Amino acid sequence: MPPLDPLPLAASASNLLAAREQMAFTLGFHIVLSCLGVALPATILVANYIGLKKGDEAAIELAKRWSKAMAVTFAVGAVTGTVLSFEFGLLWPHFMDRFGAAFGVAFAIEGIFFFLEAIFLAIYIYGWKRLSGWAHFWSGVPMFVTGIGGAFSVVAANAWMNQPQGFTLNAAGKVVDVEPLKVLWNPATGYEVPHMILAAYMVVGFLVASVYAVGMLKGRRDRLHRLGLLIPLTIGLIATPIQLFVGDTAARAVADHQPAKFAGMECIQETGGHQTEYVGGVCTSDGVKAAIPIPDLDSFLVGFSADTKVTGLKSIPADERPPANTFLHLSFDLMVGIGTALLGLGAWFAWVWWKRRDIPKTPWFLRAVAVSGIAAIVALWCGWIVTEVGRQPWIVQGYMRTSEAVTDAKGIWFSFGLVLLVYAALGTTAILVLRSMSRRWREGGESEEAGAPYSPPAEAAP
Amino acid sequence: MSKADAAAAILWVGATFYALFGGADFGGGLWDLVAGGPERGERPRTLIQRSLTPVWEANHVWLIFVLVVLWTAFPPAFSAIFTTLYVPIALAALGIVLRGAGFAFRKSIVGLQGRRAMGATFAISSVLTPFFMGTVVGAIASGEVPAGGNGDAFSTWLQPLPLLIGAMFVASGAYLSAVFLVGDARRAGDEEMERYFERRALGAAVVAGAFAVAGLFALHSEARYVFDRLTSQGLPLVILSLLCGAVLLAVLLRGGRRPLRPLAAGAVVAVIWGWGVAQFPYLLPTSLRIDQAAAPDPTMTIIFIVFAIAAVLVLPSLGLLYTLAQKDLLESEH
Repeated sequence: MPPLDPLPLAASASNLLAAREQMAFTLGFHIVLSCLGVALPATILVANYIGLKKGDEAAIELAKRWSKAMAVTFAVGAVTGTVLSFEFGLLWPHFMDRFGAAFGVAFAIEGIFFFLEAIFLAIYIYGWKRLSGWAHFWSGVPMFVTGIGGAFSVVAANAWMNQPQGFTLNAAGKVVDVEPLKVLWNPATGYEVPHMILAAYMVVGFLVASVYAVGMLKGRRDRLHRLGLLIPLTIGLIATPIQLFVGDTAARAVADHQPAKFAGMECIQETGGHQTEYVGGVCTSDGVKAAIPIPDLDSFLVGFSADTKVTGLKSIPADERPPANTFLHLSFDLMVGIGTALLGLGAWFAWVWWKRRDIPKTPWFLRAVAVSGIAAIVALWCGWIVTEVGRQPWIVQGYMRTSEAVTDAKGIWFSFGLVLLVYAALGTTAILVLRSMSRRWREGGESEEAGAPYSPPAEAAP
Repeated sequence: MSKADAAAAILWVGATFYALFGGADFGGGLWDLVAGGPERGERPRTLIQRSLTPVWEANHVWLIFVLVVLWTAFPPAFSAIFTTLYVPIALAALGIVLRGAGFAFRKSIVGLQGRRAMGATFAISSVLTPFFMGTVVGAIASGEVPAGGNGDAFSTWLQPLPLLIGAMFVASGAYLSAVFLVGDARRAGDEEMERYFERRALGAAVVAGAFAVAGLFALHSEARYVFDRLTSQGLPLVILSLLCGAVLLAVLLRGGRRPLRPLAAGAVVAVIWGWGVAQFPYLLPTSLRIDQAAAPDPTMTIIFIVFAIAAVLVLPSLGLLYTLAQKDLLESEH
């Protein structure tokens, strides 16, 4: 077999862009589904528990419906997650070759959680009819544990890419020793993992609540809709203030651990104290244009003092600065902005609930909840953009550049195009399927479905 | 046995489970594909859907297990395989997406048109996915993957042996699936379906056997190292596989109601371990040995711990899932 000619530089640079776009797109798609895998089980179990404890039919019906929706989203998430595992080898083979022995440790552990989640999810989803109430409830509890365990392992792997440690390289750059616990408990694990798990609970809480808010705006005000709004909304609203605290801690840690990423996020050019916090705007090497400046606040947020010195981009070698500063900065601001708005929504709800044990009467509250689901997803994407684009040009911070990791395979733009087409069809069909299930539930009253693969629809809705 | 050899054995255990259970699920898709029009195919399709629904996702996780063990315990082998065989691997990934999505969507929609489209997506990709996986295995066995990776994107797997192994993967999945479905039909007391899948198990066994014989000739000319060891050190396993296959055929032909599943599983497991013995001590014959590709010892220790946890937690849970499914306690219509 003659070896392939090394690709010209232009071709491999183009590969890098295509591979990064494909990875970003497939990860962005999967991350929403994995939030559902992490946090939907707890939401369902809360409804199930209320239903069993209080004999509440509406709560049981909600748990049933959500678990059937989860059957669809988990299936799509399982295959889009598989695609990501393949992409490690298809797009980033040199990264895996060099660091698989260290970074793989987290995924090996994740494998166990994913296995158990798939098993107990199946038992729970398909056990509604024949298992007794509490046995069925307990068969679902492992999903809650494995969702959190799985999120821990995967995010610990990502945290390791940001704060790599726990391995020894020889002169040739090969990993010759590994300390698995240090890989898992790297300095970024402590803030990335809770940040992501809380994000999953926020996405699921607000997303599920938004479905019922839309229903209530259309005049469906029965107990089912009320509970369907209240249960997930409460979960989202509990997660939000904790998330703002964790996120604030995370930003300070990033300023310390990854000054280039932090400078990119905040558009800081010159190193020094008394840094202005810029809200919005366009980043240029002369500073931020068209932003709202708040003097000294950035230094204060980093070190609780206006004198805190913060590293600027100009102190970082040009080839180690993150790209797309404006994009990075706006993503960060949008994430924080959405989180703050959701906190406001929670405060509004909590105040009214405390006053008169009811949701705010104005339709504007329902409208706000109706958009909160999409808003939480946008915030989630923004957070991942900050993490991943902010780490560039590194795939393993300080050890390996993304350009060294990328495959030499041909046709990555083609595969990216194909992925776009297939995922567009996948996403559209998934939403259509979920909508048709919901319509059927409304019309049929019960969550029954057709039996045989091709039996006519008449059998489905009695 | 070195730590690296033990990790390779764990990799093989994962591959065995995936071939048995994942393989049978792909086979179910093939029988769905050839079941005929909506009326004629309704009964077999219903049986296939009922037996696949609660278990296919758990079965699919074995693939993830194999990938993770490969890239963690043997990173250079993972990288060499993925930089050489990226075309069939990407096609298999595409097939996995379409198969899983098609299957999940089909049960959740009611319109006949939509169901047929989803069903066709599921069934066609159930045939293509194992085929491409088989070409990957065949290309590895025939020594086409260089240790440094970046082998030719096409000529490495567009060869008689990889293509034959691809076909054998499809046929043996169909064979396993038909045998499993005979059992499901028996449990359901559906004699017509029992006969239906018995005939298909017989057909698939003959086809898989034919591919295996053709594969032996291709192995002789394209993968001499593997062939030589398969016919010496691996011979007992080859004979065991033939024996299982022959007894199963005899039982099917005589129409007995003896348990078929252990025989079918035995035939497939013996081939997989025969291949493992034949490749030993290479991961990529004959350019990369197991010890050359091995990760440092502490990583291997984690693999062993994970495997032990899997044995203690995952296998009993899987057993529980299969038991509940076999006792019809899991309603598959939802």
